[in-house]
Amino acid sequence: MSEESIKKFMFVNRKAPYGTIYALEALEVVLITAAFDQEVSLAFLDDGIYQLKKGQQTKGIETKNFSPTYRALEGYDIEKLYVEKESLEARGLSEEDLLVDVTVLSRAEMGNLMEEQDVLLSF
Amino acid sequence: MKFGIVVNEGPYQHQASDSAYLFCKAAIEKGHEVWRVFFYHDGVNNATKLTEPPQDDRNIVNRWSRLAEEHGVDLVVCVAAALRRGIRDENLASGFRISGLGQLVEAGIQADRLVTFGD
Amino acid sequence: MLHIINKSPLSGNSLGSCLNVATGGEILLIEDAVYAATSGNAFEKKIREAMGRFKIYALLPDIEARGLADRVIEGVSAVGYDGFVDLVVANRNCQSWL
Repeated sequence: MSEESIKKFMFVNRKAPYGTIYALEALEVVLITAAFDQEVSLAFLDDGIYQLKKGQQTKGIETKNFSPTYRALEGYDIEKLYVEKESLEARGLSEEDLLVDVTVLSRAEMGNLMEEQDVLLSF
Repeated sequence: MKFGIVVNEGPYQHQASDSAYLFCKAAIEKGHEVWRVFFYHDGVNNATKLTEPPQDDRNIVNRWSRLAEEHGVDLVVCVAAALRRGIRDENLASGFRISGLGQLVEAGIQADRLVTFGD
Repeated sequence: MLHIINKSPLSGNSLGSCLNVATGGEILLIEDAVYAATSGNAFEKKIREAMGRFKIYALLPDIEARGLADRVIEGVSAVGYDGFVDLVVANRNCQSWL
């Protein structure tokens, strides 16, 4: 694939897992995108941060626990995971509560990062 | 300009499919190309030919089919999302095809702009 | 950059989040988000404040459908679907705050 056709894809996650299917199906797109040699990043804002909460146990709701997949992203060369600081704090969470390593950004830094993208997908 | 469109919600339940259709229509009228519409999540329900709205309501599914027929718009339904929700080749409306998520990524790469309609 | 919002500001936080995070650009209100373009509601003050940083548009067919054509805040530009297309073309990228 030529240089020109590499685009910056950002997946913007603003929804909590399980209550709706969006988080799971968004993750499925992320995995596919990895195969296209694009520049991929994931942004977590608002309730989307809950997708990354450690210790998810879904047996009782008879739903697949897809949270381990976030840890597998590294293996697909998807290492840019950004979390918005105010959203994290508003939920009483810190980086230690998350199941993967993330980069914590201020609102303005997140806004600037969005500006730089070619394709923004949110579900 | 070449557009890619993503529709994440089913017809009649949410306005997303109507908004997406009216956007596509306006884009085509202005001389742009709608290269592909990708249906994901409950959006796959836009593709069933079993849909039968009341006489006085718009036919959302047929409207999409006509857009494909008249303007060559590629209507792609995500296979994983479709199978989850009972959309298969047997009940697929004309102009739609079932394919993989790679088609969505490709739309992001090929189109000048990708616009998402959802909830 | 074009930010597309489709939720009422009084029932969800899409518009609020967008205003917090986005550093500028253009905002298009569609579907239930057009309520944010009208006067007299609890969000009006925030929209007026945001006008300094963002150019704000609202989709006229959605405003009319909701019976609010006479309540559009001055300074918000009402556009049709053709205007929606023009906004997407004019901006390098766009984000739907779903």
